[in-house]
Amino acid sequence: MTRNILPLIVVAGAVALAGCKSNRDVLPPEAWQPAPAQPQGPAAIDQAGTVPPPEQVGSTALPGSQAALIEAAGSDTVLFAFDSYGLDERARQILGGQAEWLLRNANVRVTIEGHTDERGTREYNLALGERRANAAKNFLAAQGVGADRLSIISYGKERPAVDGANEEAWAQNRRAVTVVVSGGR
Amino acid sequence: MIARLALFLCSLTLAAPAAAQLRIDITSGVAAPMPVAVPAFPTGAAVATPAGTTAELGRQVAAIIGNNLSGTGLFKPIDPAAFPAPGMAEVDAPQFAAFRTAAAQALVTGFVTANANGTLTIGCQLYDVFSEERLVAQGFTVTPAGWRRAAHKCSDLVYSRLTGESGYFDSRIVYVAESGPRTKRVKRLAVMDQDGANHRFLTSGQSLVLMPRFSPVNETLSYMSFAQDRPRVWIYNMGTGQQQAVGEFDSMSFAGRFSPDGRTLVFSVTRAGNADIYAYDIASRATRRLTNGNSIDTSPSYSPDGRRIVFESDRGGSQQLYVMNADGSGAQRISFGDGRAGSPVWSPRGDLIAFTRMQGGKFRISVIRPDGSGERLLTDSWQDESPSWAPNGRVILFSRTERNGRSSLRSIDLTGRNDRRIPTPLEASDPAWGPLLK
Repeated sequence: MTRNILPLIVVAGAVALAGCKSNRDVLPPEAWQPAPAQPQGPAAIDQAGTVPPPEQVGSTALPGSQAALIEAAGSDTVLFAFDSYGLDERARQILGGQAEWLLRNANVRVTIEGHTDERGTREYNLALGERRANAAKNFLAAQGVGADRLSIISYGKERPAVDGANEEAWAQNRRAVTVVVSGGR
Repeated sequence: MIARLALFLCSLTLAAPAAAQLRIDITSGVAAPMPVAVPAFPTGAAVATPAGTTAELGRQVAAIIGNNLSGTGLFKPIDPAAFPAPGMAEVDAPQFAAFRTAAAQALVTGFVTANANGTLTIGCQLYDVFSEERLVAQGFTVTPAGWRRAAHKCSDLVYSRLTGESGYFDSRIVYVAESGPRTKRVKRLAVMDQDGANHRFLTSGQSLVLMPRFSPVNETLSYMSFAQDRPRVWIYNMGTGQQQAVGEFDSMSFAGRFSPDGRTLVFSVTRAGNADIYAYDIASRATRRLTNGNSIDTSPSYSPDGRRIVFESDRGGSQQLYVMNADGSGAQRISFGDGRAGSPVWSPRGDLIAFTRMQGGKFRISVIRPDGSGERLLTDSWQDESPSWAPNGRVILFSRTERNGRSSLRSIDLTGRNDRRIPTPLEASDPAWGPLLK
């Protein structure tokens, strides 16, 4: 049983933020999701320690990276119908591509984020987002990707991809996004 | 931190409770608010205190009471320029003729005096202007830092005497303050007095936080945090600053809410895409599963006697409200009709359940009896959700998102009148009204 005292509480006026630095930043996934064209880690270093300018690597997805996943599968995102977690043909096609890529990149682990549009209550949408992430996870697992490489998280309606109160925006927000979390270089 | 306030009843002189007719029937909805005079509370001699002079406090106390009463929609404070400000001698013997001329029906008056030991005594009296009868009188002794609470206590006294219902002004609201673009929203827990005063943030905004709820009995909150990428329910003691994760689950826990005795927390846990309701005994940390199955069961809320729980479930195909026994047995669907129903919360009076009704592309706040009868929509806007009851069960706090994405806190009377905005420094959502302070 945990009895962690998360130092996230600002006590009175005394801003006791010093301890917060040690915590993992859990700002929106967009904030830490590797941007496709950004070189990352040692692989980005060309030779003799020189780093190529970002434009030059823009067309080359690094092995095991988010960009490579997107290139291989067509997308890291599958979309859902309103209040549904069923995978349509397009979603299965994308996830099939993701599964093939994951099978080729056996050291990659991913987190599947489930999201909803704003057309539901906060609580229900957290659960619906979880269902969507779980549906994508089950599909990948059924293609042979080890379940231990697949984790899920639901953001409900908290992290829309697109800001807007119309069907076009909602359609893009009802989604499951496969995010490379480790193993990529 | 919340200072423990010395707040005593220093005198209790209930005058002539007999046949006073001055009364507001709040059950039917009030067409014309009662005109009430709330002149600045006089002080014997203006004394400097850490909170300002007693004369200044006298003006502010009156302003807070006027604002509280006005906010109910049941009272209309009269411009203080319409009558002479009373002196100390007139607190016990008001010049009723002057208040009658100003068309006041009720008079709230009192005094502010500084005591030798550094405390303040704030007197509070309510008169029927026409019968010249004193309806209630009470004094509150507070630390200078606690002067606003005395003004809220006085407001509660007046409201209670004139409506026959308990008040709700000496209470706080916890909610989620929002900033930044919608796609990367920063959310922070914040707490404030019910009138927006004494606002402070409880979290830094580093982690996404949702659905804070007050314990009905002490300085404790529950809320959901995405800290460490582990979305789960936490219990946070505002007095000690201590936090405790609720249960040990591999998966997400959310939608926590305390039992009426504050000893149990009910919440949902997801597993393989379904969500079930669990009860957590805070002292022993034992968890008990209350619902089972492949549906989304969430938003549990206890009845005030602790014997039943209302929750939402999609077990019947769409999101609807159900009532079950507190042990999880005997679930019965109570919401029917067009659309979906979610986020139910049981009134502290027990007579009604407030919830979010989704139909025709809109989200509206609605109430329904626990047996499923008498559903009544209270609001009509683009996206109203997350209802929470005032401690007296007469007013509902909720969050409203406009079509442009802006969100704010609002309250509405149970009669469907007086839809008003609760001021917050930033955009706001997920409000929860705390209990009356002790």
